[in-house]
Amino acid sequence: MTIAHDFAYLHPVTMPDALAMLSGHEGAMLLAGGTDLVPWLRDDAITPEVVIDIKDVPGLTGIEIDGGTLRIGALTTFSDLIASTAAHRAVPMLVEAAHTVASVGVRNRATLVGNVCSAVPSCDAGPALLAYEAVMDVIGPAGVRSIPILDWFLGPRRQALGKGEIVTSVSIPILERHGACYVKLSRYRGEDLAQVGVAVVALPGRQYRVAYGAVGPVPFRAPAIEAYLAGKDLDAETLAGLPTLIGAAISPIDDVRASKEYRTHMSRVMLERGLAAAAARLEGGGPPYGESVI
Amino acid sequence: MKHTIEMKVNGEAWVIDVSPAESLLEVLREKVGVKSPKIGCERGDCGSCTILYDGKTIRACLALGVEADGHEVTTLEGIGHDGLTTLQEKMVEMSSFQCGFCAPGVVLSAHELLQHEPHPTAGQVQEAISGNLCRCTGYDSIVDAVLEAARIGPRAVS
Repeated sequence: MTIAHDFAYLHPVTMPDALAMLSGHEGAMLLAGGTDLVPWLRDDAITPEVVIDIKDVPGLTGIEIDGGTLRIGALTTFSDLIASTAAHRAVPMLVEAAHTVASVGVRNRATLVGNVCSAVPSCDAGPALLAYEAVMDVIGPAGVRSIPILDWFLGPRRQALGKGEIVTSVSIPILERHGACYVKLSRYRGEDLAQVGVAVVALPGRQYRVAYGAVGPVPFRAPAIEAYLAGKDLDAETLAGLPTLIGAAISPIDDVRASKEYRTHMSRVMLERGLAAAAARLEGGGPPYGESVI
Repeated sequence: MKHTIEMKVNGEAWVIDVSPAESLLEVLREKVGVKSPKIGCERGDCGSCTILYDGKTIRACLALGVEADGHEVTTLEGIGHDGLTTLQEKMVEMSSFQCGFCAPGVVLSAHELLQHEPHPTAGQVQEAISGNLCRCTGYDSIVDAVLEAARIGPRAVS
């Protein structure tokens, strides 16, 4: 099926040109990996008059550690992330999440930043970046600014990027010592979107960060669950208190991929397993990153 | 508005006029005339349009033709310069496919894996082809052939 809606294709090779094109064309869409954009164009879900391909804009590539921060350029694909030793070292759970995104042929093209810019509720990068407290580095007509990922997701397919703005990179504060786990439920490995996604970070002192995807209109952190778990052993008594808190935090829907009841049930199972794996990894044990715990 | 793009397809230079709304898959099949990338789901799910793009597998249905300006595409037609590759020979011998619709994509995904990982585990093969849907075989006959090709190595078969 051909894309029915005609549009102009612009291909800036400098950032000032890219910003001018974006500001000059109302409703223009940015194109990086295109793995969301192209199907949306084909479905007429979006009908921009202008598509701006930013793949040759300089300054948007690379994965670097700068002091205590890992900076991931906006054009970094999931395959780039998986191949990066710096990413494995600094954010192993983000790499674990990257491994669950579709399959190689999509990961070779799809970008981490594109994944959160598309802001689909089931995006795998969302919970992982929320748990790592990433910051989106943005450039726009008014200059540069930073948007914490905690303020990023506004609704299904809606994020905090302002008019005329482009994400240049994601910056992640490197945790000195942590264990973490991304747990994804999907119908099969390869291509499927998450039915539930859970990201857990375990920090010394029995502190935990918990983020969910695909069980609400946006990926979100669960502060009530985190506060409840703080300082506690992950024993049967502690875990018994989770279902009520999970029920209050999530708002899953029934759809073609899973029922509300199944998502609710698995939200508990996956959190328990994610917590156990993250806590074990913090102590240098547990399943290796990338090994599914469900 | 038409754009004139220059791209290499299977080692041959092409200069083609494309409109932005044409996918790379459409450009390859209809303008270049290579038919191994198949039109399946056209939303990135099935993997039947898999091509090598600057040496890496991508879905041709998820790229615009106009993006390929200055890039290099290799399709199934372009990987076996001297007949079939070892991988393909093993797939033929071991009856890896039935209808064959998914075969070009599967071959390219496995080919990419063997380039990076000459001695993969069964799990690595499964992950590499997990984005290529096959409705005939149940995949075992494909995985077996990839492992056998890896065991023999690329030079053992002329």
